Amino acid sequence: MSTLNGKSPALPADRLARLENFGHSLAAPGYLFRPTHTEQIAELFRAARQQGFTIGLRGAGRSYGDAALNRGQAVLDLSRMRRLLAWDPAKGILKAEPGFTIQNLWQTTLEDGWWGPVMPGTMFPTLGGCLSSNIHGKNNWRVGPIGEHVLEFTALLPNGKEITCTPKKNADLFHAMIGGMGLLGVFTSITLQLKKVYSGYLDVAAWAEPNLARMLAATDEGKEHDYIVGWVDCTAGGRGLGRGQMHSADYLPPGTDPNPAQSLRVEHQALSPNLFGILPRSVIHQFMKLGFHNPGIWAVNTAKYTLNRTLGHDKRYWQTFVAFNFLLDYVPDWERAYGRGGLIQYQTFLPKESAADVWSEMLRLCQRRGLPSYLGVVKRHRPDDFLFSHALDGFSLALDFKVSDRNRHKLQALTRDLTRIALQGGGRFYFAKDSALTAEETRDYLGAQTLAKFQALKHKTDPHGILQTDLYRRCLLSE
Amino acid sequence: MTQPLIRDESPLQPRRRVVIVGASAGIGAALARQLAKEGAALALLARRADVLTALCKEINAAAGETRALAYAHDVTDTGSVPGLFQKILADLGTIDSIVYCAGVMPSVIFTEYNYEKDAAMTAAHLLGAFAWLGPAATLFERMGAGQIVGISSVAGDRGRVINPGYHASKAGFTTYLESLRNRLTRRGVNVLTIKPGRVDTEMTRGAGITKGLYPVEKTAAAIARAMRQRKQVVYIPGWYRWMMLVIIHLPSFLFRRLKF
Repeated sequence: MSTLNGKSPALPADRLARLENFGHSLAAPGYLFRPTHTEQIAELFRAARQQGFTIGLRGAGRSYGDAALNRGQAVLDLSRMRRLLAWDPAKGILKAEPGFTIQNLWQTTLEDGWWGPVMPGTMFPTLGGCLSSNIHGKNNWRVGPIGEHVLEFTALLPNGKEITCTPKKNADLFHAMIGGMGLLGVFTSITLQLKKVYSGYLDVAAWAEPNLARMLAATDEGKEHDYIVGWVDCTAGGRGLGRGQMHSADYLPPGTDPNPAQSLRVEHQALSPNLFGILPRSVIHQFMKLGFHNPGIWAVNTAKYTLNRTLGHDKRYWQTFVAFNFLLDYVPDWERAYGRGGLIQYQTFLPKESAADVWSEMLRLCQRRGLPSYLGVVKRHRPDDFLFSHALDGFSLALDFKVSDRNRHKLQALTRDLTRIALQGGGRFYFAKDSALTAEETRDYLGAQTLAKFQALKHKTDPHGILQTDLYRRCLLSE
Repeated sequence: MTQPLIRDESPLQPRRRVVIVGASAGIGAALARQLAKEGAALALLARRADVLTALCKEINAAAGETRALAYAHDVTDTGSVPGLFQKILADLGTIDSIVYCAGVMPSVIFTEYNYEKDAAMTAAHLLGAFAWLGPAATLFERMGAGQIVGISSVAGDRGRVINPGYHASKAGFTTYLESLRNRLTRRGVNVLTIKPGRVDTEMTRGAGITKGLYPVEKTAAAIARAMRQRKQVVYIPGWYRWMMLVIIHLPSFLFRRLKF
């Protein structure tokens, strides 16, 4: 990183880069800085204060919306700060820099018998990004979001202070910076408590459910399992509305796996580079592209459900942690299958009482507008103590939509209507996924009090308002 | 702390953001009005701050929101371009198109050879274009998207007797745009060369041309259309293409005897 002395411009043109959301549907230019040391971040903060530019934080760039974009301004990419600072295989406590990824994490710890208590659907996000979004896994009901497993973090604040936060110490910042979308400060180290496991396998069950009500009932009953997740066929209408396939998974108790030392090995977990032994995974998305339009997706979803209903119904098998948890990595670059326009994800969290009705209405609306979701995923959640919590006692439904130059207008209108329906049902939203909310809608679900608390903290840690992103200006900046 | 001055309706529907260099009068001003009507956000640059501010006020009042931002700038002040470009990028957030529209046409009589006038035209048509379109090309290349529009002239197609400096500088500009096109098309950038004939503007009338003038509003509409369609080279009015085809192929032994 070039030094920023007083004379050279703080935002040199050679740092300009195209930055995108994960789905490649949104793009914004930014002056990209990729530090390797905390001092360089401090230096950039000083330059921003003096010269009046803003800084957006970015990890692996895996958020679906505009959380890691800062149009026309500086973007601080932390993915090069990825050192492992400490690993205690006896206690399962890991300390790493914010750019350390989930992949780095499990490859470091699994052979010692430790696994991330909360894992996202892909292994590429950074720990800093995971904390900023306060991610959840397919086990949110059981273990909460990742923030509940953070023992401690250190952070550099835009006001120049370095602080240490634990659930007890600086508790208000602890609960606001986790889930705070990188708007209060930069994590400089993160200490996590991992979970002890006794095998590299999970005991998985798969079965089909014929409609949304049954899907949600199964998800609710699945609370006893370590993991529970449902795939929804969003193209089916009528009595089959919201039908899909459920997966539950449980850790194996000690002694069940006859050869844990083998199954815990990284090589054993890694996905084979070829599908069926011959087709390289890296080219699969090119073939998927051919079917990524409404009729194609209808055919694929119908065929998948039919198979789940018949051959795949009521199956039980062992699956590796990697194969079960990181389903999204099964096809590399799968988001490219959506074509040039990319995709957005639209995820709503609803109380268990209203979920079935609200989502029935939403799924029907999508179909009526000719914009069916190509992929739907249901999970079970519980509330947590973090300031920008997206979770509640209920379910979430994540919907992926294809974006094209021609459908942007229709999609915008659709998401606006979906948000209205969700808010009426007591819905909540998730900043890591969102690209549709307005400031008013954000206030509606988070509440004015939460926002005031956030602004008070931001005023303290970032009095000059240096940390900003497109998401911040869209959802959180009061006029 | 700085805020981008232009806000989108949503991430899914970003606004079109256009920079117009040379926007206070003539084609630039008409194009600004036209693009604002189409919903674009504009950064307008020109020497005359008062005229420019009035134009922005008019556009913003008509739109009922801030769509046009004014930046007083003289294109001969090339040293200030990098900083100003950065400021515009920060204010708009993104730039989707840049229109280089700055032009001067001092009246030059048949026997006159005036270095100051020729140099002024070269500074406005060529050096200013280098200064502005270079940073724009850099940005667009990195983005893998964008559009560069140069308002050149039919005058660049052939060196006629009336104003050698004007013809030479416009020919240079046209060739520069062609080079940019050949560099940038493969990067997803559209480079559009506009070759207007006689357009009814202050500049044209100031040079003493009053006959056969094409309305400036129609010119602006045609440019906006060509921008939407991402064309390469467009003559305005369209029939000039055929006339210029003849002129381009006129043999020199004939051409050097003509007086137009």
